[in-house]
Amino acid sequence: MSEIEQALVPAPRPEATVPAPAPGIAAAPEQPGTAVPLLEVVDLVTHYAVRRGLIEAAARRPRRWVHAVDGISFSLQRGEMLALVGESGCGKTSTVQTILGMVKPSSGAIRLNGTDIAGLADRQMRPMRRIVQMIYQDPYESLDPRFTVRQTVEEPMLVYGIGASRDGRESLIVSALEQAGLTPAEMYLDRYPHELSGGQRQRVAIAASLVLGPKLLLADEPVSMLDVSVRAGVLSLLDSLRKDTDMGILMITHDLSTAAHFADKIAVMYLGRIVELGSAADVVRNPQHPYTKALLSVVPKRDPRDRQAAQILTGETPDPVDVPSGCRFHPRCPVAVDRCRVEDPQLREPAAAAAGQLAACHLA
Amino acid sequence: MTSLLEVDGLHVWFDLPRTAHQHGNQVHAVKGVSFELQPGERFGLVGESGCGKTTTILALMGLLPSNASLAGEVRLDGTNILAGGEDSVRAFRWKDIAMVFQGAMNALNPVKKVGWQIAEPMAFHGVAEGTAARKRAGELLELVGIPARSAERYPHEFSGGMRQRAAIAMALACEPKILLADEPTTALDVMVQAQILELLTRLSDELGLSVILVTHDLPVVAQMCDRAAVMYAGEIAEAGPMEALYHDPQHPYTRMLFAATPDLSGEQAVTSIPGSPPRLDREITGCPFRQRCDVPIDRCEVEHPSLRYIASGHLAACHRAGAHRDELAGTM
Repeated sequence: MSEIEQALVPAPRPEATVPAPAPGIAAAPEQPGTAVPLLEVVDLVTHYAVRRGLIEAAARRPRRWVHAVDGISFSLQRGEMLALVGESGCGKTSTVQTILGMVKPSSGAIRLNGTDIAGLADRQMRPMRRIVQMIYQDPYESLDPRFTVRQTVEEPMLVYGIGASRDGRESLIVSALEQAGLTPAEMYLDRYPHELSGGQRQRVAIAASLVLGPKLLLADEPVSMLDVSVRAGVLSLLDSLRKDTDMGILMITHDLSTAAHFADKIAVMYLGRIVELGSAADVVRNPQHPYTKALLSVVPKRDPRDRQAAQILTGETPDPVDVPSGCRFHPRCPVAVDRCRVEDPQLREPAAAAAGQLAACHLA
Repeated sequence: MTSLLEVDGLHVWFDLPRTAHQHGNQVHAVKGVSFELQPGERFGLVGESGCGKTTTILALMGLLPSNASLAGEVRLDGTNILAGGEDSVRAFRWKDIAMVFQGAMNALNPVKKVGWQIAEPMAFHGVAEGTAARKRAGELLELVGIPARSAERYPHEFSGGMRQRAAIAMALACEPKILLADEPTTALDVMVQAQILELLTRLSDELGLSVILVTHDLPVVAQMCDRAAVMYAGEIAEAGPMEALYHDPQHPYTRMLFAATPDLSGEQAVTSIPGSPPRLDREITGCPFRQRCDVPIDRCEVEHPSLRYIASGHLAACHRAGAHRDELAGTM
């Protein structure tokens, strides 16, 4: 058994129980007594090279890099939901793509069940991808319009050779669809994506990842393309899936209200770094980093009487090619002091913060 | 007092192309929508996709596609701008009513300088030309928070937020009285969204501009608008002051829509609304919301509820509104 296969512990279960529909059985911890987190990201760095023109290359100008992810660390336990929050360009999607192996990290470790999977060759990544599944933002784009629901959910099983017979696969498809809240599943099997609503499409995408019995689900803005009235349903589904099947969920979102409601932990990213990390309640109620405070202040409240002065930051996220010196937030920070321009703050637990709440700010 | 804008019984139908399966079908997208807009007021038009909110404001601009037909009146300062059909709107378009389109930041011409694009409608409507138009384009850019010298730059040199600001500057070129903003912040980051909403609020306060904000995002409307109308299946389900809609919702849809929206406090449970809106290419009997409603009565099956006053300035299209007010409020 190779190192990678060990990461897949437990070994694939017998066919009938692969989608783990029975909460009672599946909810048991995978490795009782061990403290190894499901996912541990340590000092992860992902840089993209900026393309040089012919003249620049000939003149041997130094290569420039996009600092997409610039040294982030976090861990995710089984059954836990972590929300990665930040503006576009902050590196949250690059983080997820690196974990998934779609992008090779420049340095750092990604431990899945204790095994480092950072920078593995594609062939070695393949078995890992079975237990790490991804839900994309736009279910109008992510489903093949020429596939029926049955074909969409069956395809991952064919890729991984799950389900010996057609009938065997059919029962797995049905249970995955019902697990994703599409009941009765028979009603949906022969439909095409255009016959489904946005919420139903996203549930089909979720079912297609559930047939593989994933341990880690990466969800990139899973509801931002859906109508307001159905968003809560899809989020509640993800919430109950992680509780029932002990699956860890890493959710990317730009919506702090959603993160506050559904996630256990929130990591706020800015320009490739995590600037604040803590339990969702602590981060929302007692933010330590000025960026988190500003982000929270601009979230529109439902109650029109609750109109408070938003702390609107001017400008937009700087270019990740030319990262500002010192604290990378200092050019937009309302409380920056001289020290912030020269010294890069590390993530630490501020005195005023709750236990386990970290912020990267000299003044926190 | 006459309102600046009165929309009175607006209907919009779209003809569907004939196919092998159906012939001559129509979608009744907007079904008798009426509302008023006061000078300097910020009014929200809220609803899910397909509820007719964008169709309503495209009708005000006379920009509906050719397969659309419409009925009803839209009075601007007492003049029915739809009197001569859609063509008669042209005289008012941009000069009195201007619009910031959904995804407007991606609608700028990539090969023309931003300043030129802002000056173009001014020349077209005879407001200003040449140097004067260019000078005014610079002033408009300053007004929306972009340095005037950026008029010489191309859209790709702007960030998403700046392009959206430029689109707003363009809409303001002919000094309109009414600005229609269709999902002006949907594709933007939260911080940029806050900047754009602050800009729209400031413009409305400083220039006395009336704004109709079309969005699916209730909290955005709650923070920015004085009044709002909640649309469902082509009709107004409830309209009134923002405070009344949140604290005293009379239509179950309004209440359920607020309950489906997460709030930062994270305390109240967030619940989605079951089912989906009805198809608009068929006749709907009874209340269009009854299949998704949590408190339907027999009457909802057979009788279509009309929009009626529940309190001063507060309208709802629900048989149970008003009478069961305490009961409905109790379920919030």
